Amino acid sequence: MHGMINRAFQGFLVETYGREVWDEVCSVAQLRFSDFEAMLHYEDHLTMACFEAAISLLHKNPNVLLEDVGTFLITHKPYAPLKRLLRFGGGTFPDFLMSLEELPDRGRMAMSNIEMPEIEVVRIDEQGFRVTAQWALPGIGPLLLGALRAMADDYGALATLCLDGIEGRRESLRIDIFDTAHSSGNDFVLGEVPA
Amino acid sequence: MNIQVPASLGAVSLPQDVVDALLPMHVRCDPTGTIVHVGPTCAKMVGDEAKILGRNVLDVFNFKRPTGADTFEGLMLAANQRLTLSWVGAEHLTLRGVIQPLSEREGAILDLSFGLSFARAVAEFSMNLSDFAVTDQTVELLYLHEAKASTMRLSEHLTNRLQDAHATAQAQAHTDVLTGLSNRRAMDDELQFLMASRNKDFTLLHLDLDLFKQVNDTHGHAAGDYVLKEVGRILDSELRRNDFPARVGGDEFLIVLRPAQTDAVVSRIAKRIIQRIEEPIGIEGGTVQISASIGVTSTTNYPKRPSIKQMMEDVDKALYSAKHNGRGQHVFFRPEEA
Repeated sequence: MHGMINRAFQGFLVETYGREVWDEVCSVAQLRFSDFEAMLHYEDHLTMACFEAAISLLHKNPNVLLEDVGTFLITHKPYAPLKRLLRFGGGTFPDFLMSLEELPDRGRMAMSNIEMPEIEVVRIDEQGFRVTAQWALPGIGPLLLGALRAMADDYGALATLCLDGIEGRRESLRIDIFDTAHSSGNDFVLGEVPA
Repeated sequence: MNIQVPASLGAVSLPQDVVDALLPMHVRCDPTGTIVHVGPTCAKMVGDEAKILGRNVLDVFNFKRPTGADTFEGLMLAANQRLTLSWVGAEHLTLRGVIQPLSEREGAILDLSFGLSFARAVAEFSMNLSDFAVTDQTVELLYLHEAKASTMRLSEHLTNRLQDAHATAQAQAHTDVLTGLSNRRAMDDELQFLMASRNKDFTLLHLDLDLFKQVNDTHGHAAGDYVLKEVGRILDSELRRNDFPARVGGDEFLIVLRPAQTDAVVSRIAKRIIQRIEEPIGIEGGTVQISASIGVTSTTNYPKRPSIKQMMEDVDKALYSAKHNGRGQHVFFRPEEA
């Protein structure tokens, strides 16, 4: 997995549970270093070892932890640049959802060697969408669930989201949008915001 | 190959809202150049379309290319060509444009894009996604621009950390752990650096401790190490900032004096170092006394720039003479004696 992904998981654990928990995770996962480097690449088994160490140390349901990671990536202030990049997908939440199929290409435009999930979006009815994603590691469903729920908030949309089954490595979500402008959400203006 | 356009496809007449959707950044002017319609994104840029409606395009825009187009007819000669222009009052944002004549009575459409000023322009005009035509790749450019800035920041952080780690590793690789002086590798680098520049004259001292073996044999290695550390401290305090002492072997030290010094100055320095090393050193359970012999040579000794190897051989000869002459003294290498 790309260092960016590992680093994000590390960031989530450090910010949410503290550096001590991360140090524990490192030791249980038998990492030979104490920080992932965002611009380097790591073996997938290291990512899995960290994740498994975290769920056992924190006594967390894996899906719940992944959902929290997804939410964290969108709502944590220092990750605002990532959220901004996602908002380029569309002007409204439904437009954004439909643009998720472009996500792998968008990701690779930013970083050519990052592992992005392949995503398929199907409109089921007037308000309902099914999002199906496939990734190199299991767990993309709950991860997206947390991230997309936070994105709906960011767009000011009123929506319900739930996991909708797993078939092999294809994990699905069901999303129903009741109101695209339920709250004012957060403004998105093009052009670089000063850091 | 000629493409045959059927007569029925020769002209299209589009409702204004369709033109606005396809070309949100355009203005339309009548045959005299007076602006009669402002596309939605252009309206947003000027704040209020009333500010420019009814004015002439030549008063609203500065045309940098074509040059000298001071009449609307003149401007129309550049129809279908790439225009370089800016809003009057926002000359720092260079726009790209094209002007296309409509039929005789209808005037022309001037369509704009941000060109390379896109990043600043969208910020200054507070643009959002809906201000661009769906097919306009400017939004993708902005996405790339932001993504690149983010990844560059990460790369810079990584590079800085690597640079720090490299500097630390370099310092460790060049330091003698026991005395904290430089080690042989550092001295080799230093000599090579000095040799590389012909105008850097320097004096080289080779110092070897006398009676050190007895300290080790009688009082043990811990005492020996303590004595070496003490010698390190003496060299550190007796030399000037520009000088370069290094421990290059068990009880051997090389010292570079920069720039080269006269024999009188070197004698003073060597004598003082030996004198201080000869002072009794307190160790656990008593004191020990050692001395030092020093060989000296200088780049100024040689008619031609010597090699490092040559200087090392000569300074060794001088050190040997110092030892041979009864230790506790310094000896200059004299080329004519060689």
